[in-house]
Amino acid sequence: MTVQAWTFVMVGLTFGLYLFLAIRARVRDTQGFYVAGRGVPAILNGMATAADWMSAASFLSMAGTISLLGYAGGVYLMGWTGGFVLLALLLAPYLRKFGHFTVPDFVGDRFESNAARLVALLCALFISFTYVAGQMRGVGIVFARFLEVDVDLGVVVGMALVFVYATLGGMKGITWTQIAQYWVLITAYVVPVVFISLQLTGEPLPQVGMGGEIAPGVPLLAKLDQIHRDLGFPSYTEAFTGSWDKVNVFCTTLALMVGTAGLPHVIVRFYTVRTVGAARWSGLWALFFIALLYLTAPATAAFARYYVVQELHGKTAAELPGWYHTWQKTGLLVWLDDGDGKLAYHGPAQQAQNELFRIGGMATTEFADLRAAHERWLATKGQEGQDGRVVMTQKKLTGPDADILVLATPEMAQLAAWIIALVAAGGLAAALSTASGLLLVISSSIAHDLYFRILRPQATEAQRLRLSRVAIGFAVVIAGVVGIFPPGFVAETVAFAFGLAASSFFPVLVLGIFHRRIGAIPAIAGMLAGMAFTASYILGTVYLGWPKWCFGIGPQGIGAVGMAVHFAVALGLARVCPPASPTAQAMVAAMRAPEGAGPGVDIARAMEH
Amino acid sequence: MPSSSAAPDTVPAANARHWRAVVRLTLVLLALWAALGLGCGVLLADGLNAVQLGGFPLGFWFAQQGAIVGFVLLILVYVLAMRRLDRAHRADLARIAAANPPADPTGGAR
Repeated sequence: MTVQAWTFVMVGLTFGLYLFLAIRARVRDTQGFYVAGRGVPAILNGMATAADWMSAASFLSMAGTISLLGYAGGVYLMGWTGGFVLLALLLAPYLRKFGHFTVPDFVGDRFESNAARLVALLCALFISFTYVAGQMRGVGIVFARFLEVDVDLGVVVGMALVFVYATLGGMKGITWTQIAQYWVLITAYVVPVVFISLQLTGEPLPQVGMGGEIAPGVPLLAKLDQIHRDLGFPSYTEAFTGSWDKVNVFCTTLALMVGTAGLPHVIVRFYTVRTVGAARWSGLWALFFIALLYLTAPATAAFARYYVVQELHGKTAAELPGWYHTWQKTGLLVWLDDGDGKLAYHGPAQQAQNELFRIGGMATTEFADLRAAHERWLATKGQEGQDGRVVMTQKKLTGPDADILVLATPEMAQLAAWIIALVAAGGLAAALSTASGLLLVISSSIAHDLYFRILRPQATEAQRLRLSRVAIGFAVVIAGVVGIFPPGFVAETVAFAFGLAASSFFPVLVLGIFHRRIGAIPAIAGMLAGMAFTASYILGTVYLGWPKWCFGIGPQGIGAVGMAVHFAVALGLARVCPPASPTAQAMVAAMRAPEGAGPGVDIARAMEH
Repeated sequence: MPSSSAAPDTVPAANARHWRAVVRLTLVLLALWAALGLGCGVLLADGLNAVQLGGFPLGFWFAQQGAIVGFVLLILVYVLAMRRLDRAHRADLARIAAANPPADPTGGAR
């Protein structure tokens, strides 16, 4: 069987499974729709949270990015796992005890202010839309590469599937499909790497193999460091090279950690368990299941780095491997020769010799023209045409695109067709599970927070459920449209989503729980100050050409400073502004008291408002 | 709230004690979290890289493996410690309820 046939089988089977689970888990009330009836066991919620959290970016791009960054790739590994410590210790148990449907719900009720609710609501919508666009794009890319259908058709198929299971089952349907998707994605991620690790180092555990020896007496990482030095890249394991200085690594790690803890689609998963104790355990399980992938990713990265350099550098067109030919069609890597017929792949220190590029955001026609000009330049020995390598280097499009590495490594290692197909199904599972979680946040923000809590508190259960389904439908369509016509700044908007989560949600939630007396004014002022600072810095440095005036911190790391601004403004104002009302303070006290003690709050009733 | 008749120990006092213990535990674990991820993984990474752990430079290992394992263990410690604190608190409340029984039927522990 060919890879394509296997992919059809794998994708067909997994999609069938998701639909079957969704139909089994139909819901009839808002409690089921928003929080899965609050009956999800901790370990299963951990799996669902892991699938919810690990997006197309974690699955498809992260290992590739680490592979290109070396040590600095650790910012993503530590940032996206370290945030769960904050979430489990500072937020999850308390928010579960408070017992609501959404994050804006908590902000609005704790600070007794619809203005605060509205600010939180807008943040939640912005973060979720930013994120979901990337997921739909991820679905399209996997379809395009493995099933050789159009990217746009892939997006439409993905939309239809998410639409069916999210509107039918709400959070309950999403939970059960996410559990299935977790196992599909983790198997797809780990199995190929085990085989590759065995092939390269003889160790079955990739985490050990990464530190293993590639040849007697030559550790893989030492070999990579040496290859990097020879070809003009910064050393693979050396800390703080290039623009990743200590300040930026520190701030970016911190911003990603805090941002992770503040992402609404992850937080709401903790509302679905039965008790506060279960919320704590599911925090543990979630990070455990996430760690299985995140501990494997750096091994994938190191192995892929080795293959890419070994199999491409110094090879003639005839010697280049099959995966090069498949992937160069996608434009994720392209070769502009200097006339010697051998591909040369060099790093920043030997930039003039580099011949390996990616098309990136360029239009395909624009690149075709450039390639033609380059061919002419070669044929006429520089008399006519133009050296394409100079143009590509100026556009900062040197080296292969990070997105191909996870999808291409099984091909690099010449693994069996079914494994390659499994990876495709895994990429789809990662994208779909995250997309569905985000769509639910969008739907609940509109139908619950905006319509029910602000506009029409007298709405009936049936009306609210109907509106939730309509809202999810709209959200799917908008997400699909953004996936088909992606704005050219997806990478920056993701930094934006994390920056906003770090500078708006995380601090306001921590203050609401740990500062008993803080009232509405400091909370709103803090959120606005943190957001305004972070948003203006990112927009300014990315689009308006501002210098990085804040200690040279890049847009990815500025959320850490935004969080500090938020805390400073809110705590400063808390000293002079009126404190929270006695009702709100009693709420905080009840939230802190352990279950089964203190004034008995029946959570199952309390949140029905 | 139970009537805090003449009893030396009251439910609010027990609640406050429990909360202080929770905050202390949280702060200790957060300090370890910062030391592990931001300390060993970032601030000290260049220094630690001089040390080899098997085939790994140590700073690199912390940033890409060690910190993640440590994070999982920190949450495990938190979950177990919180279970103990909650149990101790429930025992406290039961003792208080036993000390001043009939006055308030809704009082204290369940």
